Amino acid sequence: MGRKTLIPIGPYHPLQEEPELFKLYCDGEIVKDVKWETGYNHRGIEKLSESKTYEQIFFLVERICGICSNSHPFAFANAVEEIAEIEITDKAKYIRTIIGELERIHSHLLWVGLAGHFLGYNTVFMWAWKYREPVLDLFEMISGNRNSYAMFKIGGVRRDIEEHKLPLIRKVLGDIKKKTDLLAGAIIDDPVIHIRTKGVGILTRQDIIDFGAVGPTARASGVAIDVRRDDPYAAYPLVSWKVITAEEGDVFAKAKVRLLEMYESISIIEQCLNGLVKEKGADIAVKIKEIPEGIGNGRAEAPRGEVFHFVQSDGSNSPVRHKIRAPSYVNIATFKKSCIGQTISDATISLAAVDPCYCCTERMASAFDLSSGNKIMNASELINTSMKRTESIRKMINRRL
Amino acid sequence: MGEWENGRMGIIVPILEGPDSYREGVGKEGFKKLNIGSMDAEFNVEKFRERFGSEIIEIRIKNQRRILITVRPDSIAGIAGYLFKDEEFRFIIASAMHTRRGFEIHYHFSRDSAGLILNIHVILDKENPQIASLSNMFNASNWIEREIHELFGINFLNHPNQEKLISEGNWAEGVYPLRKEFK
Repeated sequence: MGRKTLIPIGPYHPLQEEPELFKLYCDGEIVKDVKWETGYNHRGIEKLSESKTYEQIFFLVERICGICSNSHPFAFANAVEEIAEIEITDKAKYIRTIIGELERIHSHLLWVGLAGHFLGYNTVFMWAWKYREPVLDLFEMISGNRNSYAMFKIGGVRRDIEEHKLPLIRKVLGDIKKKTDLLAGAIIDDPVIHIRTKGVGILTRQDIIDFGAVGPTARASGVAIDVRRDDPYAAYPLVSWKVITAEEGDVFAKAKVRLLEMYESISIIEQCLNGLVKEKGADIAVKIKEIPEGIGNGRAEAPRGEVFHFVQSDGSNSPVRHKIRAPSYVNIATFKKSCIGQTISDATISLAAVDPCYCCTERMASAFDLSSGNKIMNASELINTSMKRTESIRKMINRRL
Repeated sequence: MGEWENGRMGIIVPILEGPDSYREGVGKEGFKKLNIGSMDAEFNVEKFRERFGSEIIEIRIKNQRRILITVRPDSIAGIAGYLFKDEEFRFIIASAMHTRRGFEIHYHFSRDSAGLILNIHVILDKENPQIASLSNMFNASNWIEREIHELFGINFLNHPNQEKLISEGNWAEGVYPLRKEFK
């Protein structure tokens, strides 16, 4: 029996949407149990939302998450438009979809980069973030902001995408397609990535159903749920595309699902751009009068899965209750399944595989000896264990050749 | 996956198949095969009414994709078990709220093959709000019940671990910030 070690990941930690403390209880290298504490950065957005008007809430919910800052307004708009029974114009639908899918591309590229970094592939990290940059430039051109685009309002969108901007969007999409080929090739051809990610952090279909996990995490385990198809909103019923699934449920399957989803996103945007040309001169928003009494269940498929907003209105200009459920709320809980029995060096990538928001700060994790309380590993050393493992596999393979 | 072949470097590498082979088609055919089995995609409200007739207070059908059913609080475990196990609904989340009628909880269930959100709505007592926990049935409700317990003071009976989720150790006992009287 080796000595039991507690390894805290967090509370302030770049793997998570909000600061959160994971305690890994380890016996030697193997993780035996996981416990967590949350709420270090609780901002009280649900309570705050009850004191704001419907127009203001868009700017509030946009700030829940820095990376997918469009998906919360998307779900909120769906909820409020359900209460007021508003049908938006086709042009607004196309613009909303373009913004949503561009966001998916940059979010998935960001994930590929960070997953590469945790495995010790810093070149992949540099590449993926470099290729992500033109997408952010597109956002700046369309909305004026690289992030928190402020594009949505009840009944439509705030800004049009003018026709002279379309050629540049098409060109950037073409470039990204080539770069995605390159990244996918790099992952498929590398035997070390296969060894590091296959069979690691497996989530079975039963786990997904039990925890109610959503998004690429669920689709990589063979549970084909995608709000864009199941409960269609915006322009998704107007374009043709496919839901990507994989059966294995390990880290490699999640990477595969995300990479292939990027091709679908590119295809969706291209079809929406053609739709925009057809809708030339149409209105981007409809006039709304007031929000009647009632309840609205709005959802949208964020890059990480289903975002759910529940709004209860009493007919005044602000909601009585506004419940928000982000996808990471259910996905992070699956860490309990994916991590136990893994080594510490695999725990990092297992947690990263569900793609909790990376938008925060520097990684902060330390290993403490439980008996003495002395620090035995710090943050960068923990990443180093993961990188060293990749390095040793690489050497082993080279020796065999 | 499944095919193994000699990779570029002369070692055994699994080959990623072409993208088309594991893309699922849009539409219910592909979906049913994967997730729902032979289950009818549409939710049968009449069957539900027959089974839980005495527990149901009100059924409101807004359209095919949004149904709200108000039930008696003590029947929630049976109804949630039926929806999760027999009807294969996915638990999305629960939303609690504090109104003039007391405490209300909407349990949001989703049937993804039909795009249906089914809200099971309960109204709890003002003075002593409590309801059976669903966390022994599925893990998805574990965190949200802890959160509701912390923010509204609603007690979940038989919850495996009803500790505070958000403000562990730095919030006063008995002060519930999402109640309407909280300023």
